[in-house]
Amino acid sequence: MARLLSSRWAIVLGLGLVLAALPFLFPSNYYFRVAAIVNIFALAAVGLNLLMGYAGQVSLGHAGFMGLGAYSVAIGATHFGLHGLAAAGIGAVLSGLVAFLVGRPILRLKGHYLAVATLGFGLLIAMALTNEASWTGGPDGMGVPRLEVFGTRLRGPDTWYYISAGVLLLGVMLALNLIESPTGRAMRAIHDSEIASRVAGIDVASYKLKIFVVSAVYASVAGSLMAFLNGHITPDGTAGFLRSVELVTMVVLGGLGSIIGAIAGAAVLVILPQALTIFHDYEHLMLGLMIMASMILLPRGIVPSLLARLRGGKS
Amino acid sequence: MPELLQFAFSGLTVGAVYALVALGFTLIYNASDVVNFAQGEFVMLGGMATVFLHLAGVPLPMAAALAILITVGVGLALYAFAIDPARGSSAVTIIIITIGASIFLRGVAQVVFDKRFHALPHWFGSDPIRIGGAAILPQSLVVLFGAGLIVALIFLIIDRTLLGRAILATAANRLAARLVGIPVRKIVALSFALSAAIGAVAGILVTPITLTSYDVGTLLALKGFAAAMLGGMGSAVGAVVGGLLLGLAESFGAGLISSKYKDAIAFLIILGVLFVRPQGLFGKRSVERV
Repeated sequence: MARLLSSRWAIVLGLGLVLAALPFLFPSNYYFRVAAIVNIFALAAVGLNLLMGYAGQVSLGHAGFMGLGAYSVAIGATHFGLHGLAAAGIGAVLSGLVAFLVGRPILRLKGHYLAVATLGFGLLIAMALTNEASWTGGPDGMGVPRLEVFGTRLRGPDTWYYISAGVLLLGVMLALNLIESPTGRAMRAIHDSEIASRVAGIDVASYKLKIFVVSAVYASVAGSLMAFLNGHITPDGTAGFLRSVELVTMVVLGGLGSIIGAIAGAAVLVILPQALTIFHDYEHLMLGLMIMASMILLPRGIVPSLLARLRGGKS
Repeated sequence: MPELLQFAFSGLTVGAVYALVALGFTLIYNASDVVNFAQGEFVMLGGMATVFLHLAGVPLPMAAALAILITVGVGLALYAFAIDPARGSSAVTIIIITIGASIFLRGVAQVVFDKRFHALPHWFGSDPIRIGGAAILPQSLVVLFGAGLIVALIFLIIDRTLLGRAILATAANRLAARLVGIPVRKIVALSFALSAAIGAVAGILVTPITLTSYDVGTLLALKGFAAAMLGGMGSAVGAVVGGLLLGLAESFGAGLISSKYKDAIAFLIILGVLFVRPQGLFGKRSVERV
């Protein structure tokens, strides 16, 4: 137990050090911005990884919750005059509630059926955000007022880099704690065999639902952060099908069931397209190739593959 | 009353396309358990390739035939370079690969063709025929007739030929099929080729009515998949019936409820079906063995 604890804290400490050290390598604000986006997607991916890697349930509509988080901030501030943080909190609660309501029937499904049901759900959210133009500004999106805390306006990518890094650390810490808790053990049992865990007395349905709600809240908070960072959001950019696919790819690419993997996957999928912006017209082509290549060449994910190689080298 | 007839006509036309996409899905799914999200890109490629070959001066029938050949080539390449190397991966991994393939194909189309909408000439003019107060385009009849022909052809192949028997055997049990000497991988490759051809034909038939562009594939794939599920995954009859029903539901929903949420109606129905009868209308109930 002591070793488990120490390794858990080692991960958090290591990640914290990396996040704190990175800014010394950033030559310009542009790097802060990209790194902040990495942090934000990593947060959503860590949450989705709990669902996919530990509870073994896929969601192809998770960007829908990012959309809820992002638009809660924008709509809360512009239409209701709410403080940004309050609006983000409401968004997180709302996402959790929506996940709770749709989760029970959806999570009864398996495999392809679960994939298409979650996909349809995500699409419905994106569609609502696009169509209700009087609230959301339609397909062109809407602006998000700058967040103000204690009289200071939070703007600038560097500020948001540190904030998103802090939230990511917190998210990782919570996720690691959850995995090592009895809930985490139950989740892994469900992943290995639902029937066996049911026989062992685990309430499969309620655990799956719990994780679904948790992962939805992660995505929602990530969406809110994205809205604050960008200052402008669109339905496709936050809740679109492509976003959902990217999130799933981050998790699988990094390695199912690996928290660090989810972060690595997010980093690769955010940074690579930035590095390839010279080929603007080839953006989709490159993204498609990247997704296919990573799934075919690294089906177990970057981090688990690397770990396996390291261990293989030692023995 | 004429409105309802009108909704039925347009619903059946769109539904015929969904049915073809769903049929293509089912062929591949049966042969290989792969859920091919790139199915919609076959429809896009069929339409776009015909448009651009025709623009380049190739006569229309020739352009259509070439477009089908190109799409079949893409289907085979998809199997050889993306699906076959990932044999034995989990269902989710394969789904992501086919989604990646669909994004890739869209990207290629955007570079090779362009990002604008394109039309093809109607085969028999665009003067609507009036039936009972409703108007139907001659091209709609072409779509319905063509789709019917393809479905009949596929069913004939599956039912009456040795090849069809091999496909059925592969679908039923891959290992057993290999043991009795059926070249399973060739059969799977063939199912990709066949389903690409079906998609391309659907695209060529419907482009005069709905227009086409590099990004029409995604939604078509999703709806084709939805139709296949409505009918019951793996059932060819189900795919066709599911496609038509989905088309009708969309058309009536758009006409009577809200056209803004036309695409949502399809998914609400699917979610409903999944919860009430997950095996679909014609599917068999799956039992999990421990």
